[in-house]
Amino acid sequence: MLRVGLLSGLVLAAAPAHAFIAYVSNEKSNTVSVIDTDSWTVTKTIKVGQRPRGIEFTRDGKFVMVAVGDDDTIQLIDAKTQGVVDTLPSGPDPELFTQDAAGKTLYVANENDNTVTVIDLEKRARLGDIQVGVEPEGMTISPDGKTLINTSETTNMAHFIDTSSRQIVANVLVDPRPRFAEFKHDASELWVSSEIGGTVSIVDPGKHEVIGKVTFDIPGLRKEAIQPVGIGMTKDDKTAFVALGPANRIAVVDIATRKVTKYLLVGQRVWHMAFTPDEKYLLTTNGVSNDISVIDVAAQKVIKTIQVGELPWGITIAP
Amino acid sequence: MIRWLLGPIGLCLAAAQALAADPVTIGVGYLGVAGTRSTLSLVEQPAENDGLAGAKLAIEDNNTTGKFLGQRFTLEEHRIKEGEDPVQAASALAEHNGFIVADLPADALLKVADALRDRGTLLFNAGAIDERLREADCRANVIHTAPTRAMLADALGQYLVWKKWSRWLLVVGSHDEDKLYADALRRAATRFGAKIVQERTFEDTGGARRTDSGVTLIQRQMPVFTQQAPAYDVLVAADESEVFAAYLPYRTWDARPVAGSAGLVPRSWDAAQDQWGATQMQNRFMKLNARRMTALDMQAWTAVRMIGEATSRTNSGDVKKVTDFIKGPNFEVAAFKGTRLTLRDWNLQLRQPILLVDGRMVVSVSPQEGFLHQVSELDTLGYDRPESKCKLK
Repeated sequence: MLRVGLLSGLVLAAAPAHAFIAYVSNEKSNTVSVIDTDSWTVTKTIKVGQRPRGIEFTRDGKFVMVAVGDDDTIQLIDAKTQGVVDTLPSGPDPELFTQDAAGKTLYVANENDNTVTVIDLEKRARLGDIQVGVEPEGMTISPDGKTLINTSETTNMAHFIDTSSRQIVANVLVDPRPRFAEFKHDASELWVSSEIGGTVSIVDPGKHEVIGKVTFDIPGLRKEAIQPVGIGMTKDDKTAFVALGPANRIAVVDIATRKVTKYLLVGQRVWHMAFTPDEKYLLTTNGVSNDISVIDVAAQKVIKTIQVGELPWGITIAP
Repeated sequence: MIRWLLGPIGLCLAAAQALAADPVTIGVGYLGVAGTRSTLSLVEQPAENDGLAGAKLAIEDNNTTGKFLGQRFTLEEHRIKEGEDPVQAASALAEHNGFIVADLPADALLKVADALRDRGTLLFNAGAIDERLREADCRANVIHTAPTRAMLADALGQYLVWKKWSRWLLVVGSHDEDKLYADALRRAATRFGAKIVQERTFEDTGGARRTDSGVTLIQRQMPVFTQQAPAYDVLVAADESEVFAAYLPYRTWDARPVAGSAGLVPRSWDAAQDQWGATQMQNRFMKLNARRMTALDMQAWTAVRMIGEATSRTNSGDVKKVTDFIKGPNFEVAAFKGTRLTLRDWNLQLRQPILLVDGRMVVSVSPQEGFLHQVSELDTLGYDRPESKCKLK
């Protein structure tokens, strides 16, 4: 016990600059848990609207945006006061969203009416809607900011949207129930997870074609339990982490070979994740076990579990 | 750079216009029977568009996807009236529709399937739960999205055994389908280690389903009917004919829960299902149809979505191509049940989790934890490959 104390003391002493603040949306509790990555404890629980899911910091780090689907809006939490200060005019049942590099425009997937809503973040005003497939969910933007990606869960497509014209320029069919999309940092590949298909499709963003797939096979686990959702990639584009839902594992994938190198056992029904800005740690939300797993990225090991609210869904970490 | 950008966008626009001008039309027929059956509970009385409403929503969903692929789905409905020949009605529908979703009794469905075989029409059985349609009377041109009696009974049986309510008092109605359901429940009891401590038959003596002062009579009748039973944990009722089961909860002589045709009921879908993204689907259904979604609606929705899934995967509206894909090894469809649904290749039955519902909530979803299978845990529900008598022709 004493040694453990000493050890963490050492870590603290060696790396005082590495304390970050993580915000976790708890879908069932209607709260957001604030986690200090220095002490790995919940320092505050913020009451938000109903059914908080997608959550992200604004680029300037001043606000946390959280989609509260059952209230049909996105709430803004002031990162200083850690209280809700305003709302954004999303469409009905917002779930996931993404913003451009400048942090000026926000794109929101509205599950209930097959649209993506475009919001001016400075004016906090709605600019327009883009019609997409059935049940839009996954949202990401290309590193050059020119292409917005939306995945639709029942249409089973990744829609490529030109951000200047706001028109769909291509639709790529992927495996059933695409939940999440993520570009490689060099923009050469788009990865799309399919929850029911049990795969990650790798799309060539220029040709708009699926050029490969990551598949998962965990001995002793039935195939139906492997349901990929969240994806995180290291900045060097070498390693990807894929959350496998009720398989209770994070797959570590070698991006070059597209092969799983390791499965990390985390909490139950793991969906989303976020890196600390120094990329030392990866935090995952485990819905059914109501906790967050902390993964040491270099060691590829789970080092800690933190209890949060009920059904933790999304996570974001202050830049 | 500008030219590089203009090129592909111009091309895409041109392609989109070509698609918009000339989409492939995929016709889906819906064949049902006119009139609705009478239920004991007024709230369970099916709507006139029960089933069709689900097909309609799936057509909308398919069309949203279809607009990106140049595919357009249409729905044509026909209800068979008393005395009308189902084969004639089906043949007329098949003139314009390569796919037909059917909610027909078993005999009529078989006649239709045989009559349409040479034409190549693909039928989806969304309504009939009869085992024989997947066993001795199976057909190569009929896909079943409705679960079977055995799947329903097994789903319930697994839960009751998990709950350790393993002593069942089985009460069976006097109609043929009640007896078939009782067979399925007996089979479930044997498979999962429950014991039927006694069986009783509830005779249908005729009479009106609902009367103004009937409740007084029922309150006297049901306790008497269920008294002097051997020790049991749960009363399991087999009453597909809607004669008595709904009267049993809270009226049994002993204070025991009721399951089967009333109380805890196994169903492919329920208006209360909100897990696995189902809320979006329930909202879409409500918006389109101004009522809640039933199991039959879901079975029809799934059938039409299966067609849409296959047309988008094959990028084709060709019935033969689509049929081959649906029957092939790579087919899977998502239907808000937490897992992919696939077809049993030996009899074309859709594998699916079964919900256990009480009329207000989804109590549980089977297969239950611990009921294992070497291929798919969904195959712990219903007749498995080695037991099957089906030879697809």
